[in-house]
Amino acid sequence: MLKLYGKYFAIHLKSAMQFKGSFFATVIGSFLTSFTVFLGIFFMFQRFHAVAGFAYEEVLLCYGIMLMGFSVAQMFAAGFKAFDTMIANGEFDRVLCRPRNEIFQVLAYRVDFVRIGQLLQGIVMLVYGLLSCHVDWNFPRVFAVIFMIIGGSVLFSAIFLLDGAFAFFTLKGLEFMNVFSYGAIEHGKYPIGIYGKGMLAFCTFVVPYALIQYYPLLYVLGRSKNPVNIFLPLIACLFAAPCWLFWRFGVSRYKSTGS
Amino acid sequence: MKKYLSFFRLRFTMGLQYRVAAWAGVFTQFFWGAMLILSFKAFYESDPSAFPMSFQATCSYFWLQQALLGLISVGAMDGEFFNVISSGDVSYELCRPVDVYGMWFSRSAASRLANALLRCVPALAVAFFIPAPYGLMAPPSLGTFLSFLLSLALALGVVTALCMIVYMITFHTISPRGVRLMAVGISDFLAGAIIPLPFFPEKLRWFLELLPFSAMENVPLRIYTGDLAGQEMVRLMLLQLFWIGALVLIGKLLEQKELKNVIVQGG
Repeated sequence: MLKLYGKYFAIHLKSAMQFKGSFFATVIGSFLTSFTVFLGIFFMFQRFHAVAGFAYEEVLLCYGIMLMGFSVAQMFAAGFKAFDTMIANGEFDRVLCRPRNEIFQVLAYRVDFVRIGQLLQGIVMLVYGLLSCHVDWNFPRVFAVIFMIIGGSVLFSAIFLLDGAFAFFTLKGLEFMNVFSYGAIEHGKYPIGIYGKGMLAFCTFVVPYALIQYYPLLYVLGRSKNPVNIFLPLIACLFAAPCWLFWRFGVSRYKSTGS
Repeated sequence: MKKYLSFFRLRFTMGLQYRVAAWAGVFTQFFWGAMLILSFKAFYESDPSAFPMSFQATCSYFWLQQALLGLISVGAMDGEFFNVISSGDVSYELCRPVDVYGMWFSRSAASRLANALLRCVPALAVAFFIPAPYGLMAPPSLGTFLSFLLSLALALGVVTALCMIVYMITFHTISPRGVRLMAVGISDFLAGAIIPLPFFPEKLRWFLELLPFSAMENVPLRIYTGDLAGQEMVRLMLLQLFWIGALVLIGKLLEQKELKNVIVQGG
C-alpha cells in the first residue's frame, strides 16, 4: 500500500512540476495567506506586550505548531477537499470498482504540494519559538511538541474527512465546514484559552482543538505540571473515529450521480 | 451606458436567487466576527491604554466587516470570469458588441451588491441586538451614516476596479489560482481585514492609508463608527475617488494590451 502511494505521490509531483510558473505562483499565494496572519500577530505585539499572559514568542510557538499540523493535513488530505467534485463527475464510481480501500484512493487522488510554503513557515516559527521561549527543554516537553504536531495533522485530516463525507448527502461541499478548518487555523494562532471559558469548553469536548493546542502548550511552557497534558493530543486523534463511521455510513448510502 | 446598466440589473436579480448559500455564509461570518472580537477583547484586557480606537468602535468595525464581506473584500471575487477565461468561453464574450471591461465591471459590481444585500441584513440585525460594547453600535449621527453610505459606494468602485485588474492579468497567466491567492492575501492584509489599520504603527499606517486597499475597508468602516471624521475623512474619501479613476485607467490599459493577443483555450 505504501509503495502504491509512493507511485501516486511521484505522479502528482511530476504533474505539479509541468506548470512550474503556475506552481510557484500558487506556492507564494498560499504562503501569503498564512504569512499575513503572522504579520498581524507581529504588529499586534508591537503595540501590546502580552495577550492573556502569553508573550509574543509563546504565541509564535503555538501558531507554528498549529500551522505545521494544518499544512500537513492540507497537503495529504486534499483529496477530501475535492471530494464533492469526485462525486459530481463520477470519479468515485471508478474508485469503488478498484480492489483497494476507498479512503486510501481518495487520499492518493490528490497531493497539494503548494502548501509547502505554509509548512516551512510553520517550521520557522516553531524553531524561533523553541529558541526564544526560555523553556527548560526535557524529554516530556519535546514529546509534547511532537504529539501536538501529530495530533494536529490527524485532527485536521479528520475534519477534512468529515467535510468530504457530507458530500455523500449534499453533493456539494458545505461552506460552514470551513469554519472548522480555515476558521480553526486562522483563530487557532492564539492559545484557545484567550477566547474565554465557553470557547475553551467547546474546543475541549465538541471539536478537540484545545487538546492538540492549549493544554499541551501549557505543559510545554511550564504553566501546568500535569503530565496527562502530554498525551492529550493522542486522545484528540480519537475524533477521527466518528468521522470515519460517518464516512462509512455515507459510502453505504452512496448513490451515483450518474455522470 | 444603458446596456451596462441592464447587465448590472440582470446580474443583480440573479445574485439574489442564492439564498441558501447566503445563510451558510451568514453563519460563517458570524462565527468569524465573534472570534475576532473575542481575541481583541483579550488584547484589550491585557492593556486597555494601548488600544488606538474605542473597544466598541472596534467591535462595530468587525461586525460591519463581516456583514459586508461580499461587497468590499477582494476575496469575494467572482469565480465566473476565471472559468470563462480558462475554459475558452471568453470568445463568446468577445463576440458581443460591447466593451468587455464595462460589461464585466457592471456585472461584478452587481453580484457584489446582491451578495452583500442578502447577507448583511440578518448579520447586522443580530449584531445590533448584542449588548454594548460587543455589538454593533448605532452611528453617532445621520450625517455620519450618510457619509458612510457614500464612502461604501466608493469602496465598491475601488474593489471592483482592482478585481478587474486581476481578471486582466489572468488573461495572461490563464491559470487563476496563484494570481488570485496573491491578490487576496496582499489586499486583505493591507485593507485592514486581519487587523484594522489603526492597530499598525503610526508611520506605517500613514503610508497604508494612501494605498487603494485602505479605500476598500478602512475608510468606510471607520467613518461609520465616527473614528474617522472631519478633514481627515474628506481627504480619505477624495483619495477613494482618485483610486477609482487610477485603477479603472490601469485596467482599461491592460485590457487593450491583453485583448490584442487573447489565446482562446480550445475544447
